[in-house]
Amino acid sequence: MTDTMMQMTGLPFSDVVPGAVTEVTKNGIVVAADKLLPLAMHLRDREGYDYLSMVTSVDWPQYFEVVYYLYRVGAWHSAAAAASQEPLVLKVRLPDKARPELPSVCSIWPGADLQEREVYDMMGIRFTDHPNLRRILLWEGFQGWPLRKDFKEPYYEEDAKPFKSRHPDGKHAWAEDRVPWKDNVTYPVGWDPDLWTQPEVQYRKIMQVDGGGNGHSSEFKTERVLVNMGPQHPSTHGVFRMVIAVDGENVVGLEPEIGYLHRCHEKIGERNTYIMNIPFTDRLDYIASMSNNFGYVLAVEKLAGIQVPERAEYIRVIMAELTRIISHFIAVGFLFNDLGAYFTPALYGLRERELILDLFEAAAGSRMMCNYMRFGGVFADLPEGWVERAKDLVWNRLPRVMEDFEKLLAGNEIFETRCRGLGVLTAEEAIAYSMAGPMLRASGVPYDLRKARPYSIYDRFDFDICTRPEGDVWARFRVRMDEIYQSIRILKQALDGLPAGPIMPPGKKQYQLRVPAGEAYGAVEGPKGELGFYIVSDGKPNPYRYHVRAPTFINLTSLEKMCIGHKIADSVVILGAIDIVLGEVDR
Amino acid sequence: MSEKPEIPGLPDDLQRNVFLTTLDAIYNWGRVKSMWPMAFGLACCAIEFMAMMASRFDLSRFGMEIIRASPRQADLMFVSGTVTKKMVPNIVRLYNQMAEPKYVLAVGACATSGGPFKEGYNVVSGIDKFIPVDVYVPGCPPTPEAILYGVMRIHDAVMKQSVKSVPWYRRDQRNEAVPVPVLGPDLYNPKDREALKRMLREAGADLG
Repeated sequence: MTDTMMQMTGLPFSDVVPGAVTEVTKNGIVVAADKLLPLAMHLRDREGYDYLSMVTSVDWPQYFEVVYYLYRVGAWHSAAAAASQEPLVLKVRLPDKARPELPSVCSIWPGADLQEREVYDMMGIRFTDHPNLRRILLWEGFQGWPLRKDFKEPYYEEDAKPFKSRHPDGKHAWAEDRVPWKDNVTYPVGWDPDLWTQPEVQYRKIMQVDGGGNGHSSEFKTERVLVNMGPQHPSTHGVFRMVIAVDGENVVGLEPEIGYLHRCHEKIGERNTYIMNIPFTDRLDYIASMSNNFGYVLAVEKLAGIQVPERAEYIRVIMAELTRIISHFIAVGFLFNDLGAYFTPALYGLRERELILDLFEAAAGSRMMCNYMRFGGVFADLPEGWVERAKDLVWNRLPRVMEDFEKLLAGNEIFETRCRGLGVLTAEEAIAYSMAGPMLRASGVPYDLRKARPYSIYDRFDFDICTRPEGDVWARFRVRMDEIYQSIRILKQALDGLPAGPIMPPGKKQYQLRVPAGEAYGAVEGPKGELGFYIVSDGKPNPYRYHVRAPTFINLTSLEKMCIGHKIADSVVILGAIDIVLGEVDR
Repeated sequence: MSEKPEIPGLPDDLQRNVFLTTLDAIYNWGRVKSMWPMAFGLACCAIEFMAMMASRFDLSRFGMEIIRASPRQADLMFVSGTVTKKMVPNIVRLYNQMAEPKYVLAVGACATSGGPFKEGYNVVSGIDKFIPVDVYVPGCPPTPEAILYGVMRIHDAVMKQSVKSVPWYRRDQRNEAVPVPVLGPDLYNPKDREALKRMLREAGADLG
């Protein structure tokens, strides 16, 4: 449809929203800022682009560019939509660099909520009519917009690595010695600590301050109370903070407060050369490091046009599926932890994780931070006996463990009663909130990137997409359990079919990759959802823009929706079922 | 095993049941064998910390399996992961809430020095700029064995302490809280107030 329209008028959608599209580029269509909302409405309602996968921004010298990635998820398996599973990319250019502003698409795709806040936090682009536009990863009052190209962090040395200033005269230069404060800080001119007061965050939205304050029921006056949970709390999801408005014991509003582990991944990634970023991706979702490697190398290979040998593809799939098993074991175990089964189910998961980590250590040399994949292949071949050990694990050990899990955990009556009907998201809501991975599939949407847009060699394997219709915490647990079976199924086929041959493309090993100018988005179906890497290259040795579409970060958008109406104790369980990893949420 | 020395003046049937030791040794032994860590994970290293708690490495062999969520009941804080500027006021507050005697173990490169993320604008170059650290464990992340080794070093340090000289039994102990950093335009440590004001005065507009 898009193609025919282009032939007719030159520019797509010009007959439905005249003047919306101003230019068609190789990497997406450029949309005028004032026509964004009508066009978005048309795309959602008439063209089936119901899923906003990613919002990010690029700081070009002349303008800011806000980038939207749209998918057709609701009906992707129907014939019409399946024909074009490639994402539709919208770009809005904002030439006014002093005051960049554009309308928020939250009203059309609620999944844009946290992502637009992140764009505002990182680049200072304002979204008008956004319900709650304030800093998200950094704190209120932070000086500067970190991902703008003119932002220099306190330890700034040069725009690109490797830094020439690092080793003058053969001696190591300390970063602390170069900065006036002898520390990783910088203050604006004339700042006086004595006069400083931290701007206080008003949780206006969840407290309904604008809506008339505390409510009055017919019998007696009720009062909303703010309960703060975190960043230090006994639930096991890292430094995550929730601000919960409660009425009695019922949750009436909730705001996730994140950024306590914001490690400046994207800024550091834009200074690094391409290959230097691989170990940093390990530390995104630190439970599933192999998957992160996989997504990143896919994106760069797409951009640079590198072919991967057969054996390396198989090894990658094996590693990615083993990672998925680890991640789901941990997610299931710690879900029970959150429910009060203190540590015993988590220990089952951690026990199996150790066996898989042994395999990783044998292949990559490191347990957790594998740093195993390279552009074009993998870093080292599997050692002798590895395949036999993996086969033993996959054929004998894991199915037996899954039997135990089914008996001890899934068959637990208390667990089932507690989780059924908790935190329900319907299929339409899950799509609207841009849920990904098991969260989306547990709401009855059979969308799996491995089937929808097969990457690597996933189209060769025989496996099913696991879905459940309920959309509650129980369904999320069940989908994760079922995915472990499917991963075992893929692993059996991959281990049997593992061919001999090279693990890297022929030729000399390259440390400095030549990447042509352009942009690419590589995504994998990670254990927690669609993990995407958006890379813009200007031909230099380091990426111009490097953005991570973190599934758990975007999955948090629906947390408030899921928690409202439940008891405050259930909010911990609902959070546990999202299975967040803070390294990825905050990056 | 060596023969137990005979205690003079003790009846023969009690010789095998009475042990002599110093007060320090028995007191420190008790503290070492019941050290309660705080459940406090920051980042990747916390996962390896959990692996250390789990069955394979099994921290409970050392009497440390009781993880306390409340800092007031904990003796040992594992700073396991990257310390960010947004998080550091909370860490200092938690440290202040711990009762003496308290120990801090910096797990991994990030907690020690900022690690791979050191140059980041939201990363603190090591928790020791804010709270005193007893033992550093290198690695990114350290293996569970390495963290266990760090715990052993804490135990060694505890065994060397003496009731006579430890600060928390002294009459003049003030137990002052560590000043909690402030999130201004950038992270600001109140203990640097004088230096910061002097630098702002001297350097004027050069610093920005």
